[in-house]
Amino acid sequence: MEAIKDSQGAVWEVFIQAKPGQPYRHVGNVHAFDKEMAMQNARDVYTRRGEGTAIWVVPSNYIVASSPEDIGSFFDPANDKVYRHPTFYTLPEGVQHI
Amino acid sequence: MDTTHFEEIFEAKLARNEMIEPKDWMPDNYRKHLIRQISQHAHSEVVGMLPEGNWITRAPSLRAKKILLAKVQDEGGHGLYLYTAAETLGISRDELIDQLLTGVAKYSSIFNYPTLTWADIGAIGWLVDGAAIMNQVMLQRTSYGPYARAMVRICKEESFHQRQGYEIMTMMARGTPEQRAMAQDAVNRWWWPTLMMFGPPDAESPNSANAIKWKIKRESNDQLRQRFVNQTLPQGELIGLTFPDKGLTWNEEKQGYDFTAPDWAEFKNVISGNGPCNRERLAMRRRAHDEGRWVREAAQAYAAKNKRYQAVA
Repeated sequence: MEAIKDSQGAVWEVFIQAKPGQPYRHVGNVHAFDKEMAMQNARDVYTRRGEGTAIWVVPSNYIVASSPEDIGSFFDPANDKVYRHPTFYTLPEGVQHI
Repeated sequence: MDTTHFEEIFEAKLARNEMIEPKDWMPDNYRKHLIRQISQHAHSEVVGMLPEGNWITRAPSLRAKKILLAKVQDEGGHGLYLYTAAETLGISRDELIDQLLTGVAKYSSIFNYPTLTWADIGAIGWLVDGAAIMNQVMLQRTSYGPYARAMVRICKEESFHQRQGYEIMTMMARGTPEQRAMAQDAVNRWWWPTLMMFGPPDAESPNSANAIKWKIKRESNDQLRQRFVNQTLPQGELIGLTFPDKGLTWNEEKQGYDFTAPDWAEFKNVISGNGPCNRERLAMRRRAHDEGRWVREAAQAYAAKNKRYQAVA
């Protein structure tokens, strides 16, 4: 059998849902060799005090992130469309439930 | 490459008290400083499991044993939070662990002192974790995002550590004369090394200027040490324990206690590898790493085998 190089395993990002119905939030990462181990490690490292009722683990190299240098131009299209916000509109005095 | 523009953005972010994130441009020295500080912090958590682990099998009750197990497990978890924060700066877990095992990286000098009696477990929780919390509360506002977030989680968990230590000391201080003496002896031995945990005096601290400039640290070693003394003294008095410093007096003008500086020659000696337990601690870490190798190899082989099966199926 070929020699295995000693390793701490790949990095997996961990997301936790604190309570049913809430969004999953990124809490950190763990090292693991496969998904079962990633799940168990995430439970042991991030939920020792009832921090969550559900966990997602995702291999870090599958995360695609925006680059901070491009932030200006990347999000630019959203900046000049104030009509997307309800406060943009003028309504007659006294109107209700709208 | 001209980095002036990036440097301006970096400085402006710090000036606005915004956090620096892993993908942001940062000066090389900022990165190096953080890798050194965060990895030292991680190694301290991991090596810190050893002096306490020493008492798990000899805890005086099942309650005490369960608590100590949970605390030591937390320390391991804190090490992991911090390693992952360091890894976002571009260093691998394998490199970090290698630096610890080969003695290239340092860890807190406090863990090179032995835990001789059960009261030492109390003193570590109360004094050592108390000092660590003082530092870590400040680091929740450190300028590097992943480090700050790790600190928030760690601080939440640490307050149980300090309270369980103080509870042990309280019980022993109110116990038999022998238990009382044991508690006092533990304070006498841990007091000075605990004061050293905050690092050298500001005037002689080589890394402090940059750490403050980059907002990695928000307060100086001496400020934190003073606050620790101010908070801890009344806690000792309350349970009838004293501190081994004849120079301790209330200073009305500064609204704080005057105290004697620890023996910085001893500090340097322990940091350089000559403390009572340096060799034992590193030998133990290396042994644990070597003896765990087969587990890592088996996990890798198992994952590879499953991948092959899935490819065939």
